[in-house]
Amino acid sequence: MENIYLILVLSPLIGAIIAGFFGPLLGRTAVHSITILGVLISTVLAFYVFNHHVLEQGEVFNQNIYTWMQIGNLDVSVGFLVDNLSAIMLLVVSFVSLMVHIYTIGYMADDAGYIKFFSYISLFTFAMFMLVIANNFMQLFFGWEAVGLVSYLLIGFWHHKESATEASLKAFLVNRVGDFGFLLGIGLVFSFSGSLDYSAVFSSLDNALNQQLWGLDLITVICLLLFIGAMGKSAQVPLHVWLPGSMEGPTPISALIHAATMVTAGIFMVSRMSPMFELSDIALTVVMVVGAITALFMGLLGIVQNDIKKVVAYSTLSQLGYMTVALGVSAYSVAIFHLLTHAFFKALLFLCAGSVIVALHHQQDIQKMGGLRKKMPITYWSALVGTLALIGFPGFSGFYSKDMIIEAVNFSQLPYANWVHYAVVAGVFITAFYSLRMFFIVFHGKSRIPPDSAKHLHESPLSITFPLVVLAIPSAIVGYFIIEPILFNGWLEGAITVAPNHTSMTELSHRFQSASAMIFHAVQTPPFWMMIGGIIAAWVFSLYKTQWADWMVQKFRPIYYILESLYGFDRLNEIVFVGTVKKLGNLLWRVSDVGLIDKILVNSSANLIGVIGSVVRKIQTGYVYHYAFFMIFSLLIILTWTLFAGDSPLLEF
Amino acid sequence: MTNPYSFDIASLSVAIPEIFLLSAIVVILLIDLFLTQPFKQVTYYLTQLSLLITAILAFNLIGQPDTIIFSDSFILDKLAAVFKVLMLGAAMVAMVYTRHYLIQHSLFRGEYFILVLLAMLGMMVMVSGYSLLTLYLGLEILSLSLYTLIAIARKRSNAIEAALKYFVLGAIASGLLLYGMSMVYGISGSLNIGEIAQFSSATNLGGREALIINFGLVFLVIGIAFKLGAVPFHMWVPDVYQGAPTATTMFIATVPKIAVVAMLVRILIDGLGAMQLDWQGLFVALSLLSIAIGSLAALMQTNIKRLLAYSTISHIGFIMLGFVTGVIAGYGAAVFYVLAYVIMSLAAFGVIILLNKKGFEAEQISDYKGLNKHAPWFALMLLIVMLSMAGVPPFIGFYAKFFILQQILSAGFVSIAIIAVIFAVISAYYYLKIIKTMYFDVPEEGNTFSISAPMDMQIILSINAVLILVVGLLPNQWLKLALSLF
Repeated sequence: MENIYLILVLSPLIGAIIAGFFGPLLGRTAVHSITILGVLISTVLAFYVFNHHVLEQGEVFNQNIYTWMQIGNLDVSVGFLVDNLSAIMLLVVSFVSLMVHIYTIGYMADDAGYIKFFSYISLFTFAMFMLVIANNFMQLFFGWEAVGLVSYLLIGFWHHKESATEASLKAFLVNRVGDFGFLLGIGLVFSFSGSLDYSAVFSSLDNALNQQLWGLDLITVICLLLFIGAMGKSAQVPLHVWLPGSMEGPTPISALIHAATMVTAGIFMVSRMSPMFELSDIALTVVMVVGAITALFMGLLGIVQNDIKKVVAYSTLSQLGYMTVALGVSAYSVAIFHLLTHAFFKALLFLCAGSVIVALHHQQDIQKMGGLRKKMPITYWSALVGTLALIGFPGFSGFYSKDMIIEAVNFSQLPYANWVHYAVVAGVFITAFYSLRMFFIVFHGKSRIPPDSAKHLHESPLSITFPLVVLAIPSAIVGYFIIEPILFNGWLEGAITVAPNHTSMTELSHRFQSASAMIFHAVQTPPFWMMIGGIIAAWVFSLYKTQWADWMVQKFRPIYYILESLYGFDRLNEIVFVGTVKKLGNLLWRVSDVGLIDKILVNSSANLIGVIGSVVRKIQTGYVYHYAFFMIFSLLIILTWTLFAGDSPLLEF
Repeated sequence: MTNPYSFDIASLSVAIPEIFLLSAIVVILLIDLFLTQPFKQVTYYLTQLSLLITAILAFNLIGQPDTIIFSDSFILDKLAAVFKVLMLGAAMVAMVYTRHYLIQHSLFRGEYFILVLLAMLGMMVMVSGYSLLTLYLGLEILSLSLYTLIAIARKRSNAIEAALKYFVLGAIASGLLLYGMSMVYGISGSLNIGEIAQFSSATNLGGREALIINFGLVFLVIGIAFKLGAVPFHMWVPDVYQGAPTATTMFIATVPKIAVVAMLVRILIDGLGAMQLDWQGLFVALSLLSIAIGSLAALMQTNIKRLLAYSTISHIGFIMLGFVTGVIAGYGAAVFYVLAYVIMSLAAFGVIILLNKKGFEAEQISDYKGLNKHAPWFALMLLIVMLSMAGVPPFIGFYAKFFILQQILSAGFVSIAIIAVIFAVISAYYYLKIIKTMYFDVPEEGNTFSISAPMDMQIILSINAVLILVVGLLPNQWLKLALSLF
């Protein structure tokens, strides 16, 4: 099996290398054939691996492939851990990636960076494989950074656009915050277990019990730090600000990276770490609450957006929030289930949006669309499937996963779970509202397309519509078929640990009868009626009485303002973080450079650059005098400290 | 102790590199005297040759058993031999870049290379110093050469200003160091590192003696901190970096840091290691201040040399953190960091020097606008350096920070690690700013970036920058080497 895993992981890398280094020599057709072949091999093998592990219950594969460095007790290896969790992830990643590869042929056809783009997305696929297949923290972190890196490259892909480069910089910086939390978490893991290998770490968790750090359990601190990493990558409030900006990148990568795969890495990571998170109710509560905040408030923002990709982006944020909530209530398998269904339907929705964007010559404002149903039938029907899956229409795949999350929250014993329950139920209304609003405005109603582009309007080419259709199928049905095995029949058993006192999963399994029974049961539950309400509201405001929407905006201007300014997160970052740091730097600069030197002793920096003559001599004396004074003064402080403080007081802190 | 007035001639063999270098300096000085201007290049080649031979001689000493000669004042151990090879290697690379700079700015004179060789000699003595006096002697040979190397651009007022500042402040720092040494000598009765170590670990000192040796320790730490450029003894760093000719800045920023770290190891670990708890707290304060001020002050800089000065200060903070841990793994991490820092700094200054033209110094960050358009390869090199300095994997700078943080965490200093990490995040901003300037900004009118550097410099610089990636991908051997020195 080892060779199969190796080929699975490496074939996109080989494709990326060939495309990256020899692409210009080979030409466009060869490049896309080679990269697609690479990913196709991976996909086929991923099916095989899935069959071997999940369906035939093959043995878990956990081996180090290559020892990278060995320093004292720190052993850093490249290793594969293939269990059911990673087998499922491999399948999702390779399948969506394959679809996006094919789609890219049509979408990027007119772009000068065609070859580079293929090389990047294949590289991304490789990095994502390395992330999910890792058997140790170090490799996980490396995959984590690598997918991040490709993501920045692709967000800034159209680097002639100022907004694109800014968005990639923003994504980079925000993710740095998360990454350093993650890194500190890994460091603490190493400090108590002495290893970075998953299995070794999980089996030595007892060492960490009853240890305290900053008044919290050590485990809690570790989990919170790791979760900060997840918050960065999976865009949870308040580290979500980079994801809407990432829409500056080309649409295929929005589908692949910023909806289906990379952003769910945080969810995957927390599930992997379930043995650790299960030991800390505090951490789980934080996870759940952060998820609920993201699910509810990011969904609200989707309502006021008019950029087709931004709507889907905020919807992604909100759905990631749902997955995080599921993690918080210990329903890891439900989170993975939602991750899986979401990967299909959200990739589908993004690709539909891309199809519309291409047809309208890169018009992204939904107010300038409308009535596309007739002109683009395939896109229309695929988008309808995606939308129904997203809002959780009974029978569609999103329905099963989302309903299970809501139920799991209902059974959770954690504090604030009841509030979170309200939030996720309310979220259903909001999801239905913004999804259908977009759907109606884009595909129904009167066409608001300028006549000259309306003339050339036609359905997208096969390379674009084929992935749509292929993705629409699982979006519609996959939930029905896999809900029972993935949640209750042990697909994820062994890969995920749930503490006996966290009972939401067992409660769920008691209630669950069958997938079809769920459909009939749905009509008696509040989420179903919330969804219906959302659909009706969307219809009223966007088709039936559009003037009511304007009236609402007028009436509730303050709320609209808050939503439109995205709760001021960007402003807050601007002021608090960027501002403070700038001010601090400025202050230091003023005190040390300008204050001490320039003001007191005539302009010295300017002198350094080139004022010659007598001024120079004058400054030199004073200048050095001041430096010397500063040195002696510091010496004095240190001596005083040594005299009175005794043994190193700083170490206590 | 053996009779101090007699020594075995054979024991001279462990000082062969120093002896050779000294003779080479004398010979090159004489040859240079008789060279006419068209042949001045000969001095450069002789310098490189003697550095190479010295490095080979030092390399052959790696693996010899530890030997102490010259009345117990000069030691040869693995640390000394390896550090000498590293310093000489770094100096050779630096000289390749230096030549281009000196020619471009009409500063090409034989003295420059002679002074560099003298500085190297001083540093080699420092690295092998096993008595406080030998260490001090080496430090002064180094410092005096450096002052002159700055002032060598004697027509530039800012270079003279920088040299004077460095000289005066350096003299004060040397005074403090010497004072500290005298206190330690006064209490322990010996200048020898080994005997000081015995004294400090064996004796239970009375209150007054303890106070004096503690004060002595403070003075020693301050002397070392000044030479490293740690806050609050960093004031000279930005001015000297900016004022000195870029080639000299590069030299000051790289090779001497290795030597000073060796001196730190000799005095504070080999000598006063038993008092680790007493200097640990001081080191925590100095390193956190350095990391903080280095990261924050750099944000506002528009001059790239000044920016690198503050960046150095923050790197020095990380290096000192490695010594806070008090365990061998921590020291090894610090040495690895020094190595990483030297490789990165050489490449950074290399790119700056590369872009120098006759009468033009690429000093302002705005001079790098659109570098990618005109010199994509070297923009890529600078990109690697900047990403590495920001601590992005898989470059060497990431491992350097990672190993230090890992050691700090396993020593239990969680808060310290967090503070260090926060400032590391902040510092990522200005490294990225340079990248953005290179890649996304439009070049100013008339700035064409014609690369006039000779091919040897272009090749060495490329290797230098690629090394940042290569060592980053294969850090194992380097870390093992660093750990084996203790």
